[in-house]
Amino acid sequence: MAVASSKAAAARRTTDQPAAVPEFDKEQELRAYRHMLRIRRFEEKAGQLYGMGLIGGFCHLYIGQEAIVVGMQMAIKEGDKVITGYRDHGHMLACGMDPKGVMAELTGRRHGYSKGKGGSMHMFSLTKSFYGGHGIVAAQVPLGTGLAFANKYRGTDNVSLTYLGDGATNQGQVYESFNMAKLWKLPVIYIIENNKYGMGTSVARASATIDLYKRGASFDIPGERVDGMDVRAVKAAGDKAVRWCRDGNGPIILEMLTYRYRGHSMSDPAKYRSKEEVDKMRTEHDPIEQVRSRVLKKGLANEEALKKIDAEVRALVNEAAEFATNDAEPDPSELYTDVYG
Amino acid sequence: MPIQVLMPALSPTMERGNLAKWHKKEGDEVKSGEVIAEIETDKATMEVEAVDEGTLGKILVPEGTNDVAVNTPIAMILAEGEDAVALKDGGAPARQQKAAESTPPAQAEQPKPQLARTPAPPPVQPPAPAAPLEPEVPEGTEMVSMTVREALRDAMAEEMRRDRDVFVMGEEVAEYQGAYKVTQGLLQEFGAMRVIDTPITEHGFTGLGVGAALAGLKPIVEFMTFNFAMQAMDQLINSAAKTRYMSGGQMAASIVFRGPNGPAARVAAQHSQDYSSWYSHVPGLKVIAPYSAADAKGLLKSAIRDPNPVVFLENEILYGQSFPVPKLPDYVVPIGKAKVVRAGTDVTIVSWSMGMSYSLKAADELAKENISAEVIDLRTLKPMDLESIMESVKKTGRIVTVEEGWRQSGVGAEIAASVTEQAFDWLDAPVVRVTGKDVPMPYAANLEKLALPSVREVVEAAKAVCYR
Repeated sequence: MAVASSKAAAARRTTDQPAAVPEFDKEQELRAYRHMLRIRRFEEKAGQLYGMGLIGGFCHLYIGQEAIVVGMQMAIKEGDKVITGYRDHGHMLACGMDPKGVMAELTGRRHGYSKGKGGSMHMFSLTKSFYGGHGIVAAQVPLGTGLAFANKYRGTDNVSLTYLGDGATNQGQVYESFNMAKLWKLPVIYIIENNKYGMGTSVARASATIDLYKRGASFDIPGERVDGMDVRAVKAAGDKAVRWCRDGNGPIILEMLTYRYRGHSMSDPAKYRSKEEVDKMRTEHDPIEQVRSRVLKKGLANEEALKKIDAEVRALVNEAAEFATNDAEPDPSELYTDVYG
Repeated sequence: MPIQVLMPALSPTMERGNLAKWHKKEGDEVKSGEVIAEIETDKATMEVEAVDEGTLGKILVPEGTNDVAVNTPIAMILAEGEDAVALKDGGAPARQQKAAESTPPAQAEQPKPQLARTPAPPPVQPPAPAAPLEPEVPEGTEMVSMTVREALRDAMAEEMRRDRDVFVMGEEVAEYQGAYKVTQGLLQEFGAMRVIDTPITEHGFTGLGVGAALAGLKPIVEFMTFNFAMQAMDQLINSAAKTRYMSGGQMAASIVFRGPNGPAARVAAQHSQDYSSWYSHVPGLKVIAPYSAADAKGLLKSAIRDPNPVVFLENEILYGQSFPVPKLPDYVVPIGKAKVVRAGTDVTIVSWSMGMSYSLKAADELAKENISAEVIDLRTLKPMDLESIMESVKKTGRIVTVEEGWRQSGVGAEIAASVTEQAFDWLDAPVVRVTGKDVPMPYAANLEKLALPSVREVVEAAKAVCYR
C-alpha cells in the first residue's frame, strides 16, 4: 500500500541523527572554500558600503550561514530552481549570479540585476534559475511550491529548493504549501535555515515546538536535521533529498542548524544574545574555518594556495564594489518601465 | 384547504429550473419530509420535499417541463378529509408550501454559495439588449444567445486548446464542475493535470499559482468568490503585481485570477463586497469587469493571453443571463477599451459589470422623460479608458458614475477626479456618483436593497445633473 510505505519512509527519514558525513575530495573542498569565502567577503564588503551610506534601506547579511547554500548548490543540477526570502545575497552568488550585478543592485544602480529597482531583497535571474529574493516572511514558500508544480506539470525531474528561515515556519502559508506539496507529490525541498533567531526572538520564545524538521509530520513529509555549519553534511543531506524528490516521492524538509554572526539587518545591534555566544560559534564552528583546517590538515593545499584563493576572491569582491560605486543611477525614465509587459 | 407546492430556488440567484421527475403520482399519500419531486438547473439537481401530510391532489407541472420559474405552483397537496373537488373551487389556496423549505442538493457538503437556503430572490429582469455596435465583430457575423457562464467556460476551453501552458485551478473547479458551474466540462476535456481541485487554501494556492506563472506557465486561478481572495491578498499584490518591476522586467507572472465579485443576493456582509477599487488601485495588475457574455468571452481570452497578472471580476447574478455572442472561431476583445453601449446626448452614465444593469434600465426610464443618456461600459477598470469617458463628457457635459462598491475611494471617485482634471471646462454640472452605501451588506431583504444602488437612484442622479 502506497500510504503505508510512504509512512515507513517518513519514519525512516525524519531524524535528527547526523548521518556519517562523507569526506570531500580535493576539488570539492577547494570549491566549497572558494564559494563560501566569496559570500563571506562579499557580505563584509556590503556591510562596509552600507556603513558608508552607499547601500540604503534593509540589508540582511548571510555571514555565518554560507555552508548551506554552497552545500545545497553542490547537490543540484542544471534546471533545478532556487527561491528564498530576504537574506538572499548568498543564494544569488551561489547560483552563479555576477557579484557586480548583485552589488550594483545593492547600491541602487542601473546595472544592478533589477536595474536598481529591486534592492537587497528583490533580485532574480531566469538564466541562473534564481526566482528571488522575497521580502514578506514565508511568501516564497507557496511560490517555491509553485515552481515545483511547474516542474511536475512539464514532466521534468527538476526540483525546487525553497529556502525559509526559522521565523517563517510559524506562518500559515507554509503549512498550506506543505499540504499541497504532499497531496500532489511536488518535487520541492524545503530548506529551513534555523539561525536560532527570528529577528530578535529566539526560536524557543516563538515556537511551541522547536524541532523544526518535524514540522511536516502532520502532512507525512519526512524531515531531517542537518549540521548547517558543515558543508559536507549539507551536501550529503542535499544529495539524499534531491534523490527523494527526483524519484517522485514528493516534498522533503531539511532543517539546517546554523548561526548568523551579524544582526538581523544592518540596523540591528543584536543585544538579545551575548558576545560570548557569537564568539563561540565563530571560533568553534565557522563553516569556512572548518574547511580551511581540513584542507591544511589533509594536505590538500598549502597556506600559499589558500592565500591565492583569498586574494582572488578579494579582487573579485573589490571589483564588484568598485563597479557598484561608480555605476550610474537608473535613468529617470526607468521610473515607469517594467510595470506591465 | 389544499396546499400549493411551489417551484423552489436552488440558490439565491436561481430564476428558473427544470422539473426532472415526479416521485409521486396524483392520489399518492405523502408524508412530511418525503421526497416528492426532483428539479434541476444547469448547476445542480435537488429534491423537493413535502412539508405537510396529505394526498398529492394534483400535479400542475408535469415532469420533463423545462424553464419553470421559481415560485410557480407545481402541485397541490390535499389535507386529510379534502378531496379533489376542493381543487376545482378556484379559490386561492390558504397555505403554500414555501419553496425555500426544499432540501438542498444531494451533495451535502456544499460550497458556500449553494448553502444559502434563502427565500426566492426578487426576480431579476432580463437585461436590456445591448447595442449591437461591436467594432471587433465583422459585418454579417452570426450571433448566438449564450449565458455569461457559458461564455466564460468557452473562453477557457478555447485558450486551453490553444496553449498547453494554460491550466485552471481552484476550489471545486474539477470534479464538482465549478461552484457556479463556470468550469463545467473542462475536467472531462482536459484531464486532472490541467483542471485542478485545490484544498480550501486561498493564500497557499494563490502563491503556488504565482510561482508556477513565474516559471512560465499560464494559470487561471478561480476564487470561489473574491471575498475569499482577501486571504490571498499578499500573494496577489506583493508577488503577482510587483515582480516584473522588482526584477527590472526579467520575470513576471502571466496569470488570471477570476471568480464572482460584488454582492450576490442575500448572502450578507462577508460574502457581498465589490473589490473593483481595491485591485484597480494597484500598479502591475490589470483589472477587468465585464457585463455582457460577449465581453466576458472576448476579454477572458485576452486576459489569459496577457503577459501580466489580470484580476477578472465576474458577477454571480450575471452568470445566468443571456446575451448575443458573435459566432467566431477566435473572438477576442482588447483589454483597456470601454464601449458605448447606448448612444445619447444629454448625460453620460459610466458603469461596468452589474452596475450596467441599473444603468441600462435607468437609460430606458430617462428616455421616457426625454433625457437621452449615453451609457458607457468601462469593461476594463485598469488601465482605464479615460479617453472614451472624456469624449462622451465633452459631448453631454454631464456625467453620473454607477457602482456597487463603497463610496469613499471608489472607482467613481477616481472617474470624478479625472473628469475634473481633464474635462472641467466641458462640465455643466458636478459629477455625481451612485454607489453602494457605506455599510457592511445587511442580510434583511429590504435593507440589502437599500444598501445597493438602484435604477431609481441612477435616474434621479441623471436628472439632477440635467437640472430636471
